[in-house]
Amino acid sequence: MVEPRMTQPAPAKALAADTKPWRDPGAEPFISIRGITKRFGVFTAVDDVSLDIFRGELFCLLGGSGCGKSTLLRMLAGFEVPTEGQVLIDGQDMSGVPPDKRPTNMMFQSYALFPHMTVEKNVAYGLLREGKPKREAYARVAEMLKLVKLEAFARRKPHQLSGGQRQRVALARSLIKQPKLLLLDEPLGALDKKLREETQFELIRIQETLGVTFIVVTHDQDEAMTLATRIGVMDEGKIRQVGEPREIYEEPNSKFVADFIGSVNLFEGQVDTAAPDLMRIRTEEAGPLVTLPRPGLNRNQQVWIALRPERIGLSRARPENTANVVPGVVQEVGYMGHMSNFRVKLESGRVIRVTQSSQLRDEDPISWDEPVFASWSPSAARVLTE
Amino acid sequence: MSAVTESAAWRGSARVLGWLGISGRTLVIAVPMLWFLVFFLVPFFVLGRISLAEVIIARPPYTPLFERGPEGELEIIAGLQNYRFLFEDALYRNAYFSSIRIAVISTVFALLIGYPIAYYIARSPEPRRSILLLMVILPFWTSFLLRVYAWMGFLRREGVINNMLMSMGVIDTPLVMLQTDFAVLIGIVYTYLPFMILPLYANLTKLDDAHLEAAADLGASPMVTFFTVTLPLSMPGIIAGSMLVFIPAIGEYVIPALLGGPDTLMIGRVLWDEFFSSRDWPVASAVAIVMLVLVVAPIMWLQSIQNRRELD
Repeated sequence: MVEPRMTQPAPAKALAADTKPWRDPGAEPFISIRGITKRFGVFTAVDDVSLDIFRGELFCLLGGSGCGKSTLLRMLAGFEVPTEGQVLIDGQDMSGVPPDKRPTNMMFQSYALFPHMTVEKNVAYGLLREGKPKREAYARVAEMLKLVKLEAFARRKPHQLSGGQRQRVALARSLIKQPKLLLLDEPLGALDKKLREETQFELIRIQETLGVTFIVVTHDQDEAMTLATRIGVMDEGKIRQVGEPREIYEEPNSKFVADFIGSVNLFEGQVDTAAPDLMRIRTEEAGPLVTLPRPGLNRNQQVWIALRPERIGLSRARPENTANVVPGVVQEVGYMGHMSNFRVKLESGRVIRVTQSSQLRDEDPISWDEPVFASWSPSAARVLTE
Repeated sequence: MSAVTESAAWRGSARVLGWLGISGRTLVIAVPMLWFLVFFLVPFFVLGRISLAEVIIARPPYTPLFERGPEGELEIIAGLQNYRFLFEDALYRNAYFSSIRIAVISTVFALLIGYPIAYYIARSPEPRRSILLLMVILPFWTSFLLRVYAWMGFLRREGVINNMLMSMGVIDTPLVMLQTDFAVLIGIVYTYLPFMILPLYANLTKLDDAHLEAAADLGASPMVTFFTVTLPLSMPGIIAGSMLVFIPAIGEYVIPALLGGPDTLMIGRVLWDEFFSSRDWPVASAVAIVMLVLVVAPIMWLQSIQNRRELD
């Protein structure tokens, strides 16, 4: 018989997703990474990372190549031994526990399907190693193949499958043991764009069906934004910011994160005056600008204003009642259908990026070499100190 | 300048070939085909022809296949009597069995010794790997005959091994090792070990670490990983290495002649004796043809296994 656990959504998961346990300081983390460091010779791949991940989360580690995200994942799986620090999974210290004894499973970037085994045998591999009777194991395999919609391919060998099908076999194989934690290394990296978008939602569906905690490593910010409950942005072995996708995008804590996620216009400046409701910042490139106040800043302190291109309005006439208005000339227009990208040269010579959505059909769109006014409200920008 | 003349010459010959209806591809394939024909197929048919004849004291020492009878009619003298003789005489039967037995045992030992070596080399980091590979190939640079002779020095009654064991007090009478099947096995395994290691090494270097990690991740201990992943994936290397050891071992002449005793029966020696001592070319040819069949059968079987593996 198939254990009912597999198809029933775990109630704990539904609760976790609703309550966002990371917002509750008293919540018990499911995975606790404590001061973990990994050095290869003189190179530090992961540098003193501490991170709490909660049950049922779909956590994305996001970063460029060589940022240490894969090494961190491999330490969770047990393939790399941390130089310092420890990992706790469900309260258990994983130090010295080999990969075959850990309550984790991994989906490899290359999928690592066994080429000499059929799809069915690949998926059954983990169960048979547990000593599950064959009949029971293959019943579970059939169930799992159904979940990933591969029932018809059970007897095929991996090389007879398409890339997308192989990806699903790899997923099924890594989920069959119902791990407490599933580690996914660039799970969608080898798929083409369209398939990737479909598969993202498929992955979320499966994760919610099974209630397994996922940690996904990816370099693709769109993927992270779509999939994640929370994102950890990594750079040079360190976690630069952890937060929900919205937080990471709207409230980046540094120039690095602001620039890494989406595109951003950064203006360097100094705090001029801080009125209780508005803050004035002197910038060389765009003159004095007004933003919402940010506590803890001193007069003349060096800050950066991060401004997303889609938060900037463009008009031919100087807009009234807008706090920030900067004149400029359109240098380039990139029409993309659903939106247009503009590059506007300010009087200081600085070029900013502006994105306008095509919400209304514009019969007379702004075009090259037109003098325009770029404008935005005080709440559009975010003030950064590092 | 030379490129111009070359290309002119090339274009000229290409035109001639094209006119004859021969493409460049045919020309490339023709070289190995010609080699195969001249140095394998023709000698094979010569042997086959001789094996059907009778021995006579003449030059060449065998009868023609056809003869003009007294009234000028064509008489066929060819027959399978030599083959029948091989099957009826226990000497040949035993020699074949003994050869196959020794070849199988040496192949198994070569595999058992060669696999860990190949595995170790394949998993070594780069600078060490090249050195280890060189060490495997290095013995080929000295004469095969000398190396087999050296083994005689080791295995002799007063040889290195006996002297060492005696002086350590492990034994008090020297072991009889030389002129036994044991010595022949040692000689064959030692000589053909590199032929086992190299194809295995070539196969095992292709082994993807991710497969081993995936097995470990799914709960397989290192031992289980070896038997369920590494070993099945290295099967082509095992088959290639085993064929390269088994085939020469079965017809081996020099090693049993030098290291074997009078009762070490191997088909290579029987063949030698028939050709050069008895000067019975027809029987010797029949021995050679039967041996060929015995060797070709397992190869074709292994090939078919490999083809099937590649197909599905």
